[in-house]
Amino acid sequence: MLEILNLHASVEGNEILKGINLSVKAGEIHAIMGPNGSGKSTLSNVLAGHNAFEVTKGSVLFEGKNLFDLSPEERAWEGIFLAFQYPVEIPGVSMTNFIKTAVEAKYKYQEKDAPSPAEFLKMMKEKQAMVGLAKSLAGRSVNEGFSGGEKKKNDIFQMAMLEPKLAILDETDSGLDIDALRIVAEGVNTLKKPDNAYIVITHYQRLLEYIVPDVVHILHDGKIVKTGDKSLAFELEKKGYDWVK
Amino acid sequence: MTEKSKDKDIIDDLEKNEYKYGFSSNIESEVFPPGINEDVIRKISAIKEEPEFLLEWRLKAYRHWQTMEHPYWAHITLEKPDFQSISYYAQPSNKPKYDSLDEVDPEIISTFEKLGIPLEEQKLLAGVAVDAVMDSVSVHTQFRDQLEEKGVLFCSFSEAARDYPELIQKYLGSVVPYTDNYYAALNSAVFSDGSFVYIPKGVRCPMELSTYFRINAINTGQFERTLIIAEDDSYVSYLEGCTAPMRDENQLHAAVVELVAMNGAEIKYSTVQNWYPGNKEGKGGIYNFVTKRGLCKGHHSKISWTQVETGSALTWKYPSTILKGDFSTSEFYSVAVTNNYQQADTGTKMIHIGKNTKSTIISKGISLGKSNNSYRGLVRMAKTAENARNFSQCDSLLIGSQCGAHTFPYIDVHNKTATVEHEATTSKIADDQIFYCNQRGISTENAVSLIVNGFAKEVLSKLPMEFAIEAHKLIAISMEGSVG
Repeated sequence: MLEILNLHASVEGNEILKGINLSVKAGEIHAIMGPNGSGKSTLSNVLAGHNAFEVTKGSVLFEGKNLFDLSPEERAWEGIFLAFQYPVEIPGVSMTNFIKTAVEAKYKYQEKDAPSPAEFLKMMKEKQAMVGLAKSLAGRSVNEGFSGGEKKKNDIFQMAMLEPKLAILDETDSGLDIDALRIVAEGVNTLKKPDNAYIVITHYQRLLEYIVPDVVHILHDGKIVKTGDKSLAFELEKKGYDWVK
Repeated sequence: MTEKSKDKDIIDDLEKNEYKYGFSSNIESEVFPPGINEDVIRKISAIKEEPEFLLEWRLKAYRHWQTMEHPYWAHITLEKPDFQSISYYAQPSNKPKYDSLDEVDPEIISTFEKLGIPLEEQKLLAGVAVDAVMDSVSVHTQFRDQLEEKGVLFCSFSEAARDYPELIQKYLGSVVPYTDNYYAALNSAVFSDGSFVYIPKGVRCPMELSTYFRINAINTGQFERTLIIAEDDSYVSYLEGCTAPMRDENQLHAAVVELVAMNGAEIKYSTVQNWYPGNKEGKGGIYNFVTKRGLCKGHHSKISWTQVETGSALTWKYPSTILKGDFSTSEFYSVAVTNNYQQADTGTKMIHIGKNTKSTIISKGISLGKSNNSYRGLVRMAKTAENARNFSQCDSLLIGSQCGAHTFPYIDVHNKTATVEHEATTSKIADDQIFYCNQRGISTENAVSLIVNGFAKEVLSKLPMEFAIEAHKLIAISMEGSVG
């Protein structure tokens, strides 16, 4: 599904990613762990197409297509979803209107008929319940005045609505208490299908108790320095990041 | 890409927007040669078969206008127009007075259709009566019989001058005297046509009244005059919507609107203004100098102004209310969008005279491109305005880094029991907000439109349903990178 080859990227002239190689197949969950500043968020932003990040070398193929030929919204339509580390607030734009616009744009790209208002409403209610997002939040502006946990749940709710092929969860666990973490993880596990894949970026092993990865990568100084199965996460937790430096 | 170059991309995209309604219809016009003098005024009055008092009033206004100085105080850049190069009267050569739509020049009908103004059944179903003003003569009036049953008078100003001269004589200039300001004086001298509404005592007007003005003949300034009178305990909602064809020369537009609300009466006046704003380089476009004022004459009367302003190269407009009656209230809700080289200096005046009067001002300015968007408002509490209250909120949204937003609130309080509150915010659309939308599959164009409509929601929700949809579209058009 995703093939990253020797990816280099920089921000304002500073090289952050220094040759990432990663291959993700449908049905897999990959965890990327690493200390602060190792390039975790840069990787997720580069994949989503944030233009503050400049790709200097390497290639990324998504479902056989060159990712760098696609605009951020085209990547979204093709099935890439990023759950943000810090979801932004968009005052004045209602949640319903926002997600409806997003879903309709995706259906249009796929040349399919958008769901009817009744179907859409039903879908919204189901997905809200799945991620434990309070109904009252649906009537509010996107993330405006939401707590940190509500913002993260809202991102997972949007993911459920958009049904991506590849979802990248960028430190979705940060700022979540244990109950919220469990609900979010359950949502992710429910949405897990043989034809989609996840990249779970996290600082701590905690999240991986709930979302069990097939492969764990350790990122350090812009490179993947270790790859293993889920036991690698436990080992890392025990030994600390100094172990891989 | 750097942040700056990204900003620039968004801005370039937004600026590409071309005027959607840029076409002119080929209707033969009878146009006066350019220039203004007493003979021109006499000729206008004669063509309209006006009563003597009206001609006298026009002439007094003209003489007064000649003694006045061109205004300079607004935050706009403008050379004084050459008033002798403007023609002051134009009328479609096929005379008005049609019994049915079939008799109307098909060109006119097709123009209205391009504008998406359904003159036919749709309006009937929607319950909207349309008095369409094309250039200076009314070409079509609908629903008059239905309205007359209730005693509501809704007709062109010229007709009113002939049919109801006593009402015109009593109220014309009673809210905006011809001495009021330069452009009001000019309008009083040469006004061509407009609308007249009279709602009798205790009557709730059964439908939204609406008029579409359209500037059409080349180089002809339009000078409408609107007068709305609501007698005791009556109610009327009036909608005014405007679009104009693309032109190279600047077109002058100086309208006057007067509203009078008696005891317990309510007038709701809504405007969607989309005149040609000029092209990307700032060439062409309408000059819009409007004097709109309402008088809450009776106690417990109410006047609401709602406006969505996206057009015109230059806008100079302050719909105002004089709250004379005790317990009278007034509201002003405004969204003004400026793009490219547009200049808008708009706001309101709330003059509190009566006791326990209350006013609310909500103004939302959106600036793009190299435009300048100013809010100018006056809240005056007279000595007599016991316990009067005002609340003002002025928000500005900037898109790009080359535009300007300015707020000029004037507060003038002469009564210690009066309360005046003013809030103002300025915000900018952040790149991260755009990226968040992009990542969800929402294009930059749609993201901006969502955010802007969200910003203006509080005002748009005040518009009558039908108008609100139009206004949403209009704002989207003003933001779009491509012609929809």
